[in-house]
Amino acid sequence: MRDVAVIGVGMQKWGELWSKSTRDIFVESALLAMDDAGIDKLDSMYLGSMTPGVFASQEHLGSVMSDYLGQGHIPATRVESACASGGLAFRMALMDVASGMHDIVLAGGVEKMTDISGGETTHALATAADMKWEGVQGVTFPGLYAMMAVAHMDKYGTTREQLASVSVKNHHNGTMNPRAQYQMEITVEGVINSVKVADPLNILDCSPVTDGAAAVIVVPADMVKKFKKPGVRVTGSGHATDTIALHGRDDLTTLAAVHASAEQAYKMSGKEAKDIDFAEVHDCFSIAEIIVSESLGFFERGKGGPAVEAGETSIEGRIPINASGGLKSKGHPVGATGVAQIVEITEQLRGDAGGRQVKNARVALAQNMGGSGGSSVVHILEVM
Amino acid sequence: MPPARSWRAYSQTYRLEAARCKKCEKVFFPPRLVCNKCNGREFERFNMKRTGEVVTHTVIRTPSDEFSGEAPFAVAVVQMDDGARLTAQIADVSFDEVKIGLPVKLEFRRQYSEGEAGIIQYGYKAVPVRE
Repeated sequence: MRDVAVIGVGMQKWGELWSKSTRDIFVESALLAMDDAGIDKLDSMYLGSMTPGVFASQEHLGSVMSDYLGQGHIPATRVESACASGGLAFRMALMDVASGMHDIVLAGGVEKMTDISGGETTHALATAADMKWEGVQGVTFPGLYAMMAVAHMDKYGTTREQLASVSVKNHHNGTMNPRAQYQMEITVEGVINSVKVADPLNILDCSPVTDGAAAVIVVPADMVKKFKKPGVRVTGSGHATDTIALHGRDDLTTLAAVHASAEQAYKMSGKEAKDIDFAEVHDCFSIAEIIVSESLGFFERGKGGPAVEAGETSIEGRIPINASGGLKSKGHPVGATGVAQIVEITEQLRGDAGGRQVKNARVALAQNMGGSGGSSVVHILEVM
Repeated sequence: MPPARSWRAYSQTYRLEAARCKKCEKVFFPPRLVCNKCNGREFERFNMKRTGEVVTHTVIRTPSDEFSGEAPFAVAVVQMDDGARLTAQIADVSFDEVKIGLPVKLEFRRQYSEGEAGIIQYGYKAVPVRE
């Protein structure tokens, strides 16, 4: 397999983009990535998008986007793994280049979520759960993560305040990210007193509904000198699955697919959890960041809550998590999230992250999750 | 829900028909063709006892459109006494009463209806077992 590097990244501001279509949103970010790399032609592309058929009444998105991006007849593939669609699109692009099949490949992600009602959006997202055996009981995504939170709090004593600390940290980081959807500080009390969604989770424990896209360009590592910006090497990749029904798992306080995908990526890169300088992880809900940080091996099981409360995961902490603001503050256009994590890590490793720059960062990890942990994709990237 | 999709699950939603792997005895609800523990392909069908206990729980306050008239309602992962786990609403309960370990039994209940022309979905909901 060939070594692969990221050579261009692009992402427009995320939010409720009423005036822009799915196509506009994706093409704008894709062009930014291509301009960053200094290219105007691709050999192939992969596009993460969870359910454009529901959100925008449009499937067949690979072909739509290669045409609207002016790429003629190149192979263009839509990739779907619920909210891990973007991370998986990046992995597909990586495999395409590593295999020697193509040299200049775009990995992108897009979701246009605000055209339909809140109830329809909740339903669309719930299709990533087991619709026939969970959905029929009225359980929502916040509900599934709430049930993980209840189990984690019962087993380890994780507190309501610790959950809130995740959202507070990520909103603070997001104030320094000009592309974040919600660039405002929040407080622990504010989270605890916000509108209830699924006990014990409140609205400020939940990532928002967002329109947005992100794109990166990957090439063989030995070609990076031909491009205008520094490359970032991709040294590890992992992808694992689990039951999509939460009730199908014996242990509801951990995420087996996250652990398995991380083990693959650690092995491939020759790194361990302790070697990671900072991480972007899938904080779709506050409890998710805590459990993921344990499943990745950053903290012992049950210690993720105390760690965030003690500031260990802040930008100045031992292992900064979600310096970008995470899904909570930056937004969560489901298919784009995994690619946006690669955008953030590339900018951090290039030293281009402005006020949220992590100091002395050389090795970073991205973790993107589908459903209630039914799929997980992990990548490790390093300074070249 | 399309009527055929609802109908296909009647054995489960109406009488809790599960499948026990003949090789490793893992119980599946709903039944499957392959055991995810031992890869066994032979199963024995049986109707589960209707009792179990709460493994974890929540109260849904922001539902999807189908359940907009129902919220708030309690939902739990239930460990059935016959081995399988499933997700069920908990009915006839005050939310304070719902705890990990709460003994429940599954009752036949109306789950939701889809407007004037759609089907009325029946199935199971859990209720607390009271002495």
